[in-house]
Amino acid sequence: MTDTAVKLSDAAIRRRMVADFWYHFRQNRGAVAGLVVFILLVFAAVFAPVIAPHDPTMQYRDALLVPPVWQEGGRSAYLLGTDAVGRDMLSRLIYGAQYSLFIGIVVVSIAVVGGILIGTLAGFFGGWVDTVIMRVMDVVLAFPSLLLALVLVAVLGPGLLNAMIAIAIVYQPHFARLTRAAVMGEKAREYVTAARVAGAGNLRLMFKTILPNCLAPLIVQATLSFSSAILDAAALGFLGMGAQPPASEWGTMLAEAREFILRAWWVVTFPGLAILISVLAINLMGDGLRDALDPKLKKG
Amino acid sequence: MIRFLLTKLLYLVPTFLGITFVAFGFVRVLPGDPVLLMAGERGLSPERHAELAHQLGYDKPFLMQYLDFLVRLLHGDLGNSLVTKKPVLTEFLALFPATMELGIVAILLATLIGVPVGVLAAIKRGSWFDQVSMTAALVGFSMPIFWWGLLLIIFFSGILQWTPVSGRISLMFFFPPVTGFMLIDSLLSGQKGAFASAFSHLILPSIVLATIPLAVIARQTRSAMLEVMGEDYVRTAKAKGMPYSRVVMVHALRNAMIPVITTIGLQIGVLMAGAILTETIFSWPGIGKWMIDSISRRDYPVVQSGLLLIAAIVMIVNLIVDLTYGLINPRIRHK
Amino acid sequence: MKLLSRSLLAVSALALSAAAPAMAKTFVYCSEASPEGFDPAPYTSGTTFDASAHPVFNGLVEFKPGTTEVEPGLAESWDVSEDGTVYTFHLRPGAKWQSNDIFTPTRDVTADDVIFSFERQGDAANPWHEYIPGITYEYYTAMEMPELVKSVEKVDDLTVKVTLTHSEAPFIANLAMPFMSIVSKEYADTLAAAGNKEDFNNKPIGTGPFKFVAYQKDAVIRYQKNADYWGDAPKIDDLIFAITTDASVRLQKLKAGECHLMPYPSPADIEQIKADPNLKLDEMPGLNVAYLAYNTTVAPFDKPEVRKALNQAINKEAIIDAVFQGAGQVAKNPIPPTMWSYNDAIVDDVYDPEAAKAALEAAGVKDLSMEIWAMPVQRPYMPNARRTAELMQSDLAKVGVKAEIVSYEWGEYLKKSMEEGRKGAVIMGWTGDNGDPDNFLSVLLSCASAQGGGANRAFWCNQEFSDLLTQAKQNSDVEERTKLYEQAQVIFKEQAPWDTLAHSTQFVPMRANVTGFTMSPLGDFTFEHVDLTE
Repeated sequence: MTDTAVKLSDAAIRRRMVADFWYHFRQNRGAVAGLVVFILLVFAAVFAPVIAPHDPTMQYRDALLVPPVWQEGGRSAYLLGTDAVGRDMLSRLIYGAQYSLFIGIVVVSIAVVGGILIGTLAGFFGGWVDTVIMRVMDVVLAFPSLLLALVLVAVLGPGLLNAMIAIAIVYQPHFARLTRAAVMGEKAREYVTAARVAGAGNLRLMFKTILPNCLAPLIVQATLSFSSAILDAAALGFLGMGAQPPASEWGTMLAEAREFILRAWWVVTFPGLAILISVLAINLMGDGLRDALDPKLKKG
Repeated sequence: MIRFLLTKLLYLVPTFLGITFVAFGFVRVLPGDPVLLMAGERGLSPERHAELAHQLGYDKPFLMQYLDFLVRLLHGDLGNSLVTKKPVLTEFLALFPATMELGIVAILLATLIGVPVGVLAAIKRGSWFDQVSMTAALVGFSMPIFWWGLLLIIFFSGILQWTPVSGRISLMFFFPPVTGFMLIDSLLSGQKGAFASAFSHLILPSIVLATIPLAVIARQTRSAMLEVMGEDYVRTAKAKGMPYSRVVMVHALRNAMIPVITTIGLQIGVLMAGAILTETIFSWPGIGKWMIDSISRRDYPVVQSGLLLIAAIVMIVNLIVDLTYGLINPRIRHK
Repeated sequence: MKLLSRSLLAVSALALSAAAPAMAKTFVYCSEASPEGFDPAPYTSGTTFDASAHPVFNGLVEFKPGTTEVEPGLAESWDVSEDGTVYTFHLRPGAKWQSNDIFTPTRDVTADDVIFSFERQGDAANPWHEYIPGITYEYYTAMEMPELVKSVEKVDDLTVKVTLTHSEAPFIANLAMPFMSIVSKEYADTLAAAGNKEDFNNKPIGTGPFKFVAYQKDAVIRYQKNADYWGDAPKIDDLIFAITTDASVRLQKLKAGECHLMPYPSPADIEQIKADPNLKLDEMPGLNVAYLAYNTTVAPFDKPEVRKALNQAINKEAIIDAVFQGAGQVAKNPIPPTMWSYNDAIVDDVYDPEAAKAALEAAGVKDLSMEIWAMPVQRPYMPNARRTAELMQSDLAKVGVKAEIVSYEWGEYLKKSMEEGRKGAVIMGWTGDNGDPDNFLSVLLSCASAQGGGANRAFWCNQEFSDLLTQAKQNSDVEERTKLYEQAQVIFKEQAPWDTLAHSTQFVPMRANVTGFTMSPLGDFTFEHVDLTE
């Protein structure tokens, strides 16, 4: 894309790329639907204090396990019912969106930054640096991600922050590998040689010249990791190793609700549904992104 | 080919050493004191504590403990569980068939449904079938399986009472384990209804465990097929007037299978992670549940050796996938 | 060869259960966890004892079903010397050992077996002391048996003399505990000769009502009626433990008729169980207490009036409702009401936020912020510590006390909560081992247990209180002991080192056709007397 014959200003190229991308992204109805849901999710998370009908930690002692409003015994004050200590489900779900987005953002940021640094180093320098780094990455990848995250959390102590760090560490090698492969591919290209001849330093070469050209696969991987992070964090919460009560993280809510599976279906169903919908939305977006960014499919 | 294999194996040695270090190191820095955990609410006198720690070898320096661990590993000794006091390997071997059976059924389920669905979706690109199946695949891919399992239990075991709640076979049946695979053992036992019982116990857990691999395989098959069908030789075959079904079956499918096989192989790690959740929900007596329990019980030897064994299995499966890939596609070998 | 004999056994067991389904009665118990092993002595969990000591073994003395009273077991009777230091046990003649595929007994229970059962635990030089690498006898040590037992001697084949270092009233109750199950010396010798000592822990041989048949790890344990049992023969032929760790799954199985009885239902399901005509529910107050222990060595919690004020601020009824779902009762004493010497005259601190606020002000405590420690695991005395802590947090906020909830991984929690100078109050609890008040009060509240390695998490040392306990322990007269313990409870309440929270109620749901099951206040599950009606 960059080595087009027509000489354009940087800003113009960027504008055209965005327009191009948006054109392709729009074609994909699922992706647009995903984007809409995602925006709603962000909206819910940001404005949770305004839109949630109740304080998510407020315990209404006179309203334990009230069913949703449409079911017999439901109350209009609690649209989706209440949990075992009388907290409003809807409000907890809305605040839960904050956790999920936060988890996604933090995990992906740590994993991307770590992965890019490590991957670029390995790809750029090659040789023994590359070998050592990639062997270490292999070791991390040899363990099933959830299992390794579990052990890591056990080491660090259960809690949301530690769960996020653990998941990020487990995800990071994927980014490292992608970056390394892309960097190695680009390194031999003419524009890099040209930049080197022009006297660009290693750092500048790595981060200003090569990296921007490997972004597409990284963006796709980041989207995928965003949704996996939400899933894995929820799984850790479900196993009691993630966010700790009374946090309204959805997986943790599910874990707490598990004992009511036979008696109060709503405390089990809604948090799971919330996880599914958000992960699905992000994955839909991810698909759209990939199609829009992948030049091969663009042709067809 | 042999050289390829040797290089691959040579690469694995440092990785494996790394794995032993990680397994040992992580577990040894776990907070919480297994000696105290044994005493519970009661507590232990400092003298008794020191005595027990010494007996278990936890008072030695970290590196010494690691070397001990490696030496014993070379002798095939993976240590004894702190809780049951039995050799970790014995316990692993007793439980592994349950996980393997579940995993094999799940991967078969995922492949046998996922591949045809993917092929069909690719052939009928844009049709309602394509859209519905690919939407379903994406839902499956996004599924929190621990919740999915609970829903299935509520519906099929609770409301409809079609499937048993948990376990591997009805308690009515009792026979000595021969292979450890309940499906095979129940057939070998010759007892009437045993196989049906084992099968019905396996349905829900394998559906739950197969969900994500199924979605991945279906999507991967579809995109691999689409890619291959766009290639010149397929178009040529079509142009030459070959029957469409033959083009698909002979040319497209065979070539599309290469990345699909890799995908299936890579699902082993996913399966192991899924097994932890699935086994927890269904009280399935396998190694996933064993690991979770051992982590929370601070059973050091079990956690470290379990991690090691699981990582070794994943590594070996990946090696086999690599080799198969190398066999199918000679270009890889010389890279 | 070994494999062959094992499968032969399996086939014969199968023939018993499958060939005549109309006659053979099979009882299925959905147990909550896997046993750690089948030798009762090295382990400490109730789950292990339910699978080993209770069905397979007997002790010299045993707890009478449904009580904490001691009755004869393998010892028909016993005499105690005047000074309380020499116990002479007269063994039951004709108590038969069980057999299995690798062992056929040649003799009945004798004094040698009893001596072996003591010595393998107490004598480090005994070849069976560490028959599995890393094995230890935590209960034997914890009940202070090594210091207490001076010698165990054979008088004749059916008479054993145990000499103690000092008079200790709870000794006989200790002997009824599972770790003191009598094991066969002849079986041990056979295994040692065959070189597979670990089978002692895998294939137990006892004298109890059931014979062990097979264990499939983490899944199923099978037992068979012991036809030669010295007591009344069990009414069921086969006993099966179906290991099911999840409470809601256990209930599902019970409802589906896949098992006949289950332990530890989730409190949330109690109403539903009561409503089901196919099920019935037994209940009994558990021999336990849950409490919030302040650190009485750290200001401002070193003042009894501050502790009492905080106790007044916490609404315990609300905890019973929301956490125990009604399956518990508010505790006012450190020992449960089912235990002898429980002082019912004690008046609890009443929930009164206003009074609490005033009392805190009077004590000069302003803007207090504290930690509440909540354990990460479910215990028999506390279904959900975090939820309890959340309730306390919001109660304390009402009297102007800011509470932060702290939790650690369980092992870490146990350790950190006993560290000197610990900040904050910790939620903890205790389940009785042998039904003796000393097993609660001395373990949890004496001066000696306030030091490192003890379990006095309030670090509360009151000399007067401790002296009462010592006096009571050396006296074997129950009435006199009762008076002393009642007095101790008065001091406890005045000083309030804890907020006594709750005694949980134990529920046992079972199919409606189960008869003859008696709940144990100690939380044991025994099936010696159960039967199934059509």
